[in-house]
Amino acid sequence: MASKQPENSLLGPEADSQRTLYPYVTGTSVVALKYKDGILMAADMGGSYGSTLRYKSVERMKPIGKHSLLGASGEISDFQEILHYLDELILYDNMWDDGNSLGPKEVHNYLTRVMYNRRNKFNPLWNSLVLGGVKNGQKYLGTVSMIGVNFEDNHVATGFGNHLARPILRQEWHENLSFEDGVRLLEKCMRVLLYRDRSAINKLQIAKITEEGMTISQPYSLKTYWEFSAFANPAQGAVGSW
Amino acid sequence: MFRNQYDTDVTTWSPAGRLFQVEYAMEAVKQGSAAIGLRSKTHIVLGCVNKANSELSSHQKKIFKVDDHIGVAIAGLTADGRVLSRYMRNECINYSFTYESPLPVGRLVVQLADKAQVCTQRSWKRPYGVGLLVAGLDESGAHLYYNCPSGNYFEYQAFAIGSRSQAAKTYLERRFENFADSSRDDLVKDALMAIRETLQGETLKSSICTVAVVGVGESFHILDQETVQQMINAFDIVGEQEGPAAEPDAAAGQEAAVDQGGSTGEGAAPMDI
Repeated sequence: MASKQPENSLLGPEADSQRTLYPYVTGTSVVALKYKDGILMAADMGGSYGSTLRYKSVERMKPIGKHSLLGASGEISDFQEILHYLDELILYDNMWDDGNSLGPKEVHNYLTRVMYNRRNKFNPLWNSLVLGGVKNGQKYLGTVSMIGVNFEDNHVATGFGNHLARPILRQEWHENLSFEDGVRLLEKCMRVLLYRDRSAINKLQIAKITEEGMTISQPYSLKTYWEFSAFANPAQGAVGSW
Repeated sequence: MFRNQYDTDVTTWSPAGRLFQVEYAMEAVKQGSAAIGLRSKTHIVLGCVNKANSELSSHQKKIFKVDDHIGVAIAGLTADGRVLSRYMRNECINYSFTYESPLPVGRLVVQLADKAQVCTQRSWKRPYGVGLLVAGLDESGAHLYYNCPSGNYFEYQAFAIGSRSQAAKTYLERRFENFADSSRDDLVKDALMAIRETLQGETLKSSICTVAVVGVGESFHILDQETVQQMINAFDIVGEQEGPAAEPDAAAGQEAAVDQGGSTGEGAAPMDI
């Protein structure tokens, strides 16, 4: 569903209005980790319009087929476009009706091809995606960026999550986390993001995908603590009238 | 086959509801030299008879590797077979590139069948004159399919196509119930025996046949002449030895460290003929 390019798509100012130059409504970090039974993924429900926290019920994680879960940060409309592509992909996969199905690895690589090809045309889908899933007992967790960089790992994050959540995960993640420990770890990461990421909102969902299927929690909020003495009177000792 | 007035065009039906051109294409398959395939739960073996035109020329290639997990044996117009193999290789490699995963055989076979069907419904085309035995592995196990020029495809436990294939089919029909649990080596031996049936008394030598194997943990590969000859020798003198000779994995290398007439370390049971 790429926008129609005029004949002279390489030249002329009209061509520029057809390409993605900057994002408008964006989602912030997605954090995900592998645990004993599958994958856990967390994302808040915010859609920012620049610096305004405009939309507060955006579902940024969606199931794909029987075996995968996709979380996205970045331009929300591009995420919706990706969901449309994947919808078609899964539809054709199901239409074969032959006992074979696309697993998370296949979906991840398909997305990598899409993201990279768009980047090569200088018309990127402005997203960082997290793709997790379980198939035939094998857990899979990977990420793709808007320029087509793709890799798999035991825990991944997008955007600010890379700077704030990954260090926590590197210290505290281990093989065979229980569900409760996994959720606790994700909440710890999300709380730090809530404190420190300006585009984060206090309304998040945690999604779980296992061999049995995918479940996504109802939106909930994290407890925060603001009674640190440094916050009590932040302007004390400040110099100047501004 | 007789001349009919409805057989000039592939897009002309006969009053009896037949497309003669398609049937004539299937005749071309029957005239080609034999190809056989058989499978167990974990392996598939393809074999074919490879007669050179003259002593001066080389054999025609009738078995093609399509991907690590898929191979095909053809009978009929080998040129058509070569072109279809190239199509199959292309489809496999494109799928692998996009999904980093092997193309399920079942899907490749359907694509191939649809391609053949197109040629039965265009006045400016002709049907492919080649039958394909497609052997492949996917997540649901080992599969053997037969694709015919009509655009139909069928899955088989074992099958034979080409000239004098009926003899091989009779042999396979007698034994196919055991194939599912056969070991890889027994499967290869059965394949060689089936090929021998199509030769009608002529001596079976590795120079006139080709055997290929694909299985769990074993990429599709064609067995080299030496290995095949050793296996032929092994079952030719079955009465005088206790068991089949151990067979090295041809894919690993060219080691010929196999004793022809001796038994394996574990003392395998005598092979039944």
